[in-house]
Amino acid sequence: MTPLNRQQIAWRVGQDFENGMLVNLGLGMPVNCSDYIREGREVVIQSENGVIGAGPLASPNAADSDLVDAGSRKITIAPGGTVIDSAWSFAMIRGGHIDVTVLGAFEVAANGDLANWDNRIPDKGPLVGGAMDLAAAAKEVWVMMDHTTRKGAPRLLGACTLPLTAPSCVTRIYTDLAVIWRDAEGFLVKEIVAGLSREDLQSRTGAPLRFAPDCGVLAAPDIAEKD
Amino acid sequence: MAIDKRVGSAAEAVADIGEGAVVMISGFGGAGFANSLVLALRDRKVGGLTLVVNSATHPLSQTHTLIEAGLVRKVICSAARGRGADLSPFELLYKAGKIELTVLPQGTFADSIRAGGAGIPAYYTPAAYGTGLGEGKETRRFNGRDYVLEEAITADVAFVRGDIADRFGNLTFRHAQKNFGPAMATAAKLTIAEVRVAQSEPIAPDRIELPGVFVNRVVTA
Repeated sequence: MTPLNRQQIAWRVGQDFENGMLVNLGLGMPVNCSDYIREGREVVIQSENGVIGAGPLASPNAADSDLVDAGSRKITIAPGGTVIDSAWSFAMIRGGHIDVTVLGAFEVAANGDLANWDNRIPDKGPLVGGAMDLAAAAKEVWVMMDHTTRKGAPRLLGACTLPLTAPSCVTRIYTDLAVIWRDAEGFLVKEIVAGLSREDLQSRTGAPLRFAPDCGVLAAPDIAEKD
Repeated sequence: MAIDKRVGSAAEAVADIGEGAVVMISGFGGAGFANSLVLALRDRKVGGLTLVVNSATHPLSQTHTLIEAGLVRKVICSAARGRGADLSPFELLYKAGKIELTVLPQGTFADSIRAGGAGIPAYYTPAAYGTGLGEGKETRRFNGRDYVLEEAITADVAFVRGDIADRFGNLTFRHAQKNFGPAMATAAKLTIAEVRVAQSEPIAPDRIELPGVFVNRVVTA
């Protein structure tokens, strides 16, 4: 059994972006998903700071300190893109105009509850940013994360133990072991990595799994992990 | 007498900001920080300030210098976590109980400022419903969905970073430096813009991104 690395998870998410979608990618790993959009598809990437049509990272000699994304990365603007102010950017988010947001997570519950903003680090200040707005208002919330914690504890649970970002919002989960859709009945496995049995996947998951009739193999091309 | 909102220096622009002022500061994601005005305010050494700023800890913002100098009583923001394991100036004071914090979802932060500038005292939003940040807030159900009541935010003064200003205070912005600037400019009694170029000649009407009626003073920085 070979789990996907994080770039491969981002690749797998990127395969599911449809032509013309408006997509917001969370800070950290999710921003990598835009590197893996299928040939022939145009996807508009929105960043909370107001960049509509965010392009790839700027080359060092073209980097502009005024052209950044919400994660302070120096980026480019894709053809057709523009920059709007924060009030309008969040009208776009909170008004339900975002087709998909891809977010990292600490925990996801079978009822779709998402916990991704507060992992209770002692003395560190809170950082919520746009996570609650995106989780509450995007048409779909896709989560990408490792299936378990570093210690092997499940992150897909019957109920979240960490503070919620939004209740009942997650529609899909892409992990290093599986692709799982979340519906009214809970978790539905759509793909599972080769060499991992359904029982093994269930044993690493804290809530009951159902397996889709067309449940397939989760596979990705060889892509090296980045820093 | 002709309208001319340009002033000679950041120090002059902030000279009448007093003890206990509520100060909005633009900037997000590394762009649009009104840092010259922030540093000029720090040099005035007036205390008891309330800051309305997206991040209390962004390394490219000079907001932390006001906090380190002990001039800040309260911060309203969406991000107060410094990078890495070490505690930022804000986190050290917060841990010691020496600074108040209101943390809001960033969209609520933006919408509350927008509401403040538009004469809307409060509004409902789904963000933060069912979470710790929604606790204690009034809730109401519309069309089967639950919302929390959020109140508008206004300020005594707003610091905004722009690109070009004319003597009327009309502004343009470069790329992502726009962020909270336009909304903050509407929500403060006094708005001060720091810009790359402050020109006498009026900006072409279709190029103006923030009308000068929302800007009181302009300084080159």
